[in-house]
Amino acid sequence: MSVAVSLTHTLPGFALDVRFEAPDGVTALFGRSGSGKTSVVNAMAGLLRPDRGRISVGGEVLCDTDTGLWLPPHRRRVGYVFQDARLFPHLNVRDNLIYGQRFSRRGRRSGLDHVVGLLGLEALLARRPGALSGGERQRVAIGRALLSDPRLLLLDEPLAALDEARKAEILPHLERLRDDTRIPIVFVSHSASEVARLATTVVAMDAGRVERVGPATEVLSDLSAVRTIGVREAGSVLTGQVAAHHADGLSEVRVSAGSLFLPRFQAAVGAQVRVRIEAQDVILSRGRPEGLSALNILPGEVIEMRGGAGPGVMVQLRIGADRLLARVTRRSAEALRLAPGVPCHAVAKSVSVARLDVGVVDPANPGKDQDTPGTAGEDQDAPGTAGEDQDAPGTAGEDQDAPGTAGEDQDAPGTAGDNGEQTR
Amino acid sequence: MSGAGFSPEVWQAITLSLKVSFWAVAASLPFGIFTAYALARWRFPGKGLVNGLVHLPLILPPVVTGYLLLLTFGPQGPLGRGLAVLGLEVAFRWTGAALAAAIMAFPLMVRAIRLAIEAVDPKLEEAAGTLGAPPLWVFATVTLPMAAPGILAGAVLGYAKAMGEFGATITFVSSIPGETRTVPSAIYAFLQVPGAQPAVFWLVALSVTVAMAALLVSELVAARIAARVGGR
Repeated sequence: MSVAVSLTHTLPGFALDVRFEAPDGVTALFGRSGSGKTSVVNAMAGLLRPDRGRISVGGEVLCDTDTGLWLPPHRRRVGYVFQDARLFPHLNVRDNLIYGQRFSRRGRRSGLDHVVGLLGLEALLARRPGALSGGERQRVAIGRALLSDPRLLLLDEPLAALDEARKAEILPHLERLRDDTRIPIVFVSHSASEVARLATTVVAMDAGRVERVGPATEVLSDLSAVRTIGVREAGSVLTGQVAAHHADGLSEVRVSAGSLFLPRFQAAVGAQVRVRIEAQDVILSRGRPEGLSALNILPGEVIEMRGGAGPGVMVQLRIGADRLLARVTRRSAEALRLAPGVPCHAVAKSVSVARLDVGVVDPANPGKDQDTPGTAGEDQDAPGTAGEDQDAPGTAGEDQDAPGTAGEDQDAPGTAGDNGEQTR
Repeated sequence: MSGAGFSPEVWQAITLSLKVSFWAVAASLPFGIFTAYALARWRFPGKGLVNGLVHLPLILPPVVTGYLLLLTFGPQGPLGRGLAVLGLEVAFRWTGAALAAAIMAFPLMVRAIRLAIEAVDPKLEEAAGTLGAPPLWVFATVTLPMAAPGILAGAVLGYAKAMGEFGATITFVSSIPGETRTVPSAIYAFLQVPGAQPAVFWLVALSVTVAMAALLVSELVAARIAARVGGR
């Protein structure tokens, strides 16, 4: 196991009791704000001294209260990208980047060009942090942490302070970081879509405790994780391969049960991608629907259902080898006589999948992928996708207004939107 | 223009005051920065006591401070004898005047520097630590440069206080022309002599000029540092 954490700590009005192990790759500490995620990464960096605990990275113990071992932060080689970047305001970008190099084993100046290229910082080197945008600051902070030659990289909500456009700017960099470097990354987030795109392992946290640990696709599609994520953001992650980019602006992704058609995104044909589909965007139908505008219709069967206090029911489906979450009203579930084992079709509109919800896991042809800079290509798509994105919040808003008939409401605007879509 | 009253004694007092004040600030600044940092960042038992001791010269009558200095650093004082063995005699020497000025200026200096250090975001120091920088390096490359305008302000304030120090100095090292007769002592001495008004005028004019020049220079430097630290 690459990262092993076990700690208990009492903060004013809050008890932390966390235990998890994670393999190499990106581990997401995922949970609502106030669930103790930042305290965990602070303990890993040595900024918080736990009452009891043991933390090890790649076999090296950073802290063990039983043996009294405690490495101070500057001797841990743990790179930390803070939510607020924390660049040194009196140094320019270049001097910020090389600040930690003096203390790294590889010495000064090594790797600067590589990191500058990886994060696209060429034009910023002479600037001061005060003259950077939020997204640029985060990129510099990531580069600064990387150049200190860390054995572990911690990212504390690196995207939380950014708007959607900036997030779209940084996410491809983080994906390249995950795929290019062999440094394990622990990444704090409360956003299911960020986690779905980046994480290999998810540690779901709630009220200072670990609720669940597992591969991202499993944890996010799990009914018990819904409580941590919140019904509104709950959604499952399907893994598939890019089959084709069609001329009408859609990309086809082959998943285990069939094909998904999504708004065009940037990835080589053959690349492995993850697609996050929000539970509230999925419609269920007992028979195979006819004459419906929605393009994604996948056959499956109900595995489990769980209702809460509200009018909604969360339904977990088996779709081929994948699992899918769908949120419908209790009334609809009763009308369709949904129950474990019942076959049904899951229906999802193409445009309900936002651009931020598709992430490249394994570029089939990395050389080609690098030739076409990910950000530039995706930025061109932005206006189209942004416009279509507006459909989704609209539906969500109506959903909130009439909670009693949420499920049915969802159908209505959905269909209307689809009709418009066909004439487009 | 060698006006009436601009005697060698006047010039002597001015240069002596500049020298005494310079050394008073230069020698106490490292201690001042250390004390300010400790008071701003550390938690330790007896912190209140240290804070009180630092501020004592500010609230005691200067004559009392001078007398206490005489008791400890005088020829018969415990520290005075120790320093004399090391070849550094302070009683009735210009070094003693510098010591008195430094003690009197210390609280003002520490207060200004402490505020400046407290204004440096500890999160930046934390960030530097996670990049591998040991604490002393963090202090030298993050805390110190970011607090520089405040440190400069503290030094200028201390310098002005040292230039004007009178009570403790005259009690501790008396008013020996050429050795311990600084500008304030000289003004006082000339005022006791009939007909020395022109000398007093020169001393006053020159000390006002020096004070204004120091203030202007420090404002300029502080503005430049602030622009650098502010980062644009």
